[in-house]
Order: sequence, then structure tokens, then C-alpha cells
Amino acid sequence: MNRFVAWFHRWGSPKHFYDMSGRWAPWMAALFFLTFIPGLYYSLIGSPPDYQQGESARIMYIHVPAAWMSMFIYGVMALAGAITLIWKMKMADIVAQVSAPIGASFTFLALVTGSLWGKPMWGAYWVWDARLTSELILLFLFLGYIALTTSIDDKRTAARAGAVLALVGVVNLPIIHYSVEWWSTLHQPSTVKVMGKSAIHLSMLIPLLLMSFAFKFYYAWVVLSSARAEVLDRDKNAKWAADVAQAQAGEMPS
Amino acid sequence: MNEFFSMGGYAAFVWPSYGLGLVILIAHIAAPTMRRRRLLSEIARCLRREARAAAKAESNEGSKA
Repeated sequence: MNRFVAWFHRWGSPKHFYDMSGRWAPWMAALFFLTFIPGLYYSLIGSPPDYQQGESARIMYIHVPAAWMSMFIYGVMALAGAITLIWKMKMADIVAQVSAPIGASFTFLALVTGSLWGKPMWGAYWVWDARLTSELILLFLFLGYIALTTSIDDKRTAARAGAVLALVGVVNLPIIHYSVEWWSTLHQPSTVKVMGKSAIHLSMLIPLLLMSFAFKFYYAWVVLSSARAEVLDRDKNAKWAADVAQAQAGEMPS
Repeated sequence: MNEFFSMGGYAAFVWPSYGLGLVILIAHIAAPTMRRRRLLSEIARCLRREARAAAKAESNEGSKA
């Protein structure tokens, strides 16, 4: 337990975080490219067209991983919010803050690709069905979080207010997930299941899983890089920041 | 090749989906990288200015004495 607490505290130190994130980010980038490049190949070339939807089904390999990411990132933000409220850990707040714009972008991507897929298949860019509406609410939650936290000048008050908003919004996640079962929606129910047999052929499951792993690694890469920049910004008058800047300047030709 | 780009007639729906995805991926990783670089050069500039000011103050002290 003591070792765990010590580990927890070290991650709370800005300088330690700056060093560690600098070491971890390239690995996340490597894992991203290792999954994204074959993922892109299998999405566009290496998988068959759908027998009903033809080539338009390829939108799925962006749409579904993006939608999964939108919920995953919101979950991370809510968890970080809980840690912020309980242990007042600054790093948790930074993770939540830098996650919000990426989460909003993935939600936006899921909505736009869904719309682009819906037009040829359903005949409409948008319908007010439960799945689409609850995902749109998720976008508003992300945007609301960003607006709220950036409008409060005091960082600790902003962190607390953001954490409360993130936690309250969690109620939307099961609504999104079960919307296709609870209501009669135009959106299809889940095809890929964690428990039980998935109703998707392996040739389509492979690109789908590759892309969703790629997006996960990408998110880890971006969070590390963004939090790294944020930590440096908050601590720019500290001695360690000066040392880092000087070492960097020494490397660059003047 | 043309067949690939036409996406069975769904090019107008498939390519914008992948395009937007790519734009989002590039934007979110470029922004923190550029921000950190800007911060580091800003800090280095501040340090140089402080060092110059300190050196000037020291030489002024020297001329007074």
C-alpha cells in the first residue's frame, strides 16, 4: 500500500510527470501507427464490401470506433472527476481538461460519419432517434464541460465544477448504450458484443478492432502530450521548467 | 484504381468520413506538440532577458564604485 501511495504521489509531481510522459508518448505513438496503418488497409482494401450496403459499409470502421471513443473518453473524464473531488489530485484534473476537446471531436466525428452513412442507407442525414439524440447530448456535455471550466479563472474552482458536471453527465452513458434496446430506433442494435457471440464476420471484425485499438492508443498519446504541455504551462516559472527549456535551447542551433 | 476511389458510388459519403477522421487525428496531436515548443522557447527567451538584465545591473554597480 505504501509503495502504491508513493507511486501515486510521484505522478502528482509536475516534473516527474513531464519526464515520464515524454518517455511514454513515443511508445503510444508507435502502438498507434502499428494498429492504424494495417487498420486503414483492412478498412479500405482488405475487407469485403457489405452484401447489402456495398462499399458504404466502410464508414463503419471510422464511425463505430469514434462512437466507442466518445463514450470511453467521457468515462475517463468522469473517473478523473471523481479522483479530483476525493483526493484533490491536480493531475487527474489535467487529464480531464485535456480529454474534453478530444472527446468532443470523437463525438462530432461519430455524429458526422453516422450522418454520412445514414443518408445513403436510411435516406436522411438526421433522424431524432434515441441513439442519435443521446449521442448529440454527449457532444453538448463535452462542450458544456469545456465552456464551464474555461470560464472559471480559479483553477481549483474550475476543476471542482468540471468534475461535478462530468459525474452528473455519466447518466447519459448507459442511456446511449441501451438506447437501441429501450426504444424502437432506426439505428441498429449492437453487433459487436464483449459477452457472447458477435454478429459480425471476422473479415469485418479485424479492421473494426484494429481501428478501435488505434484510436485508444491515439488517445493515450494525445493525453500524454497535451498533459505534458499543460503541466509545463502551469509550472513555467519553476526551476525545473527553466532547466528543461535551457537544455532544449542548448540542443538547438542558435 | 478508379474503381477504388469511386467506392461503388458511395465516394461522396466514404471519403469525407475518412477525411474528417484524419483531420481530427492530425489536429489533436499537432496542437500540444506546437504548444510545448512555443512554451519552451518562451521560457528560454525569458531566461536570456533576465540574464542580460542581471549582467547590466552588475556592470552598473561596477561603474558606480
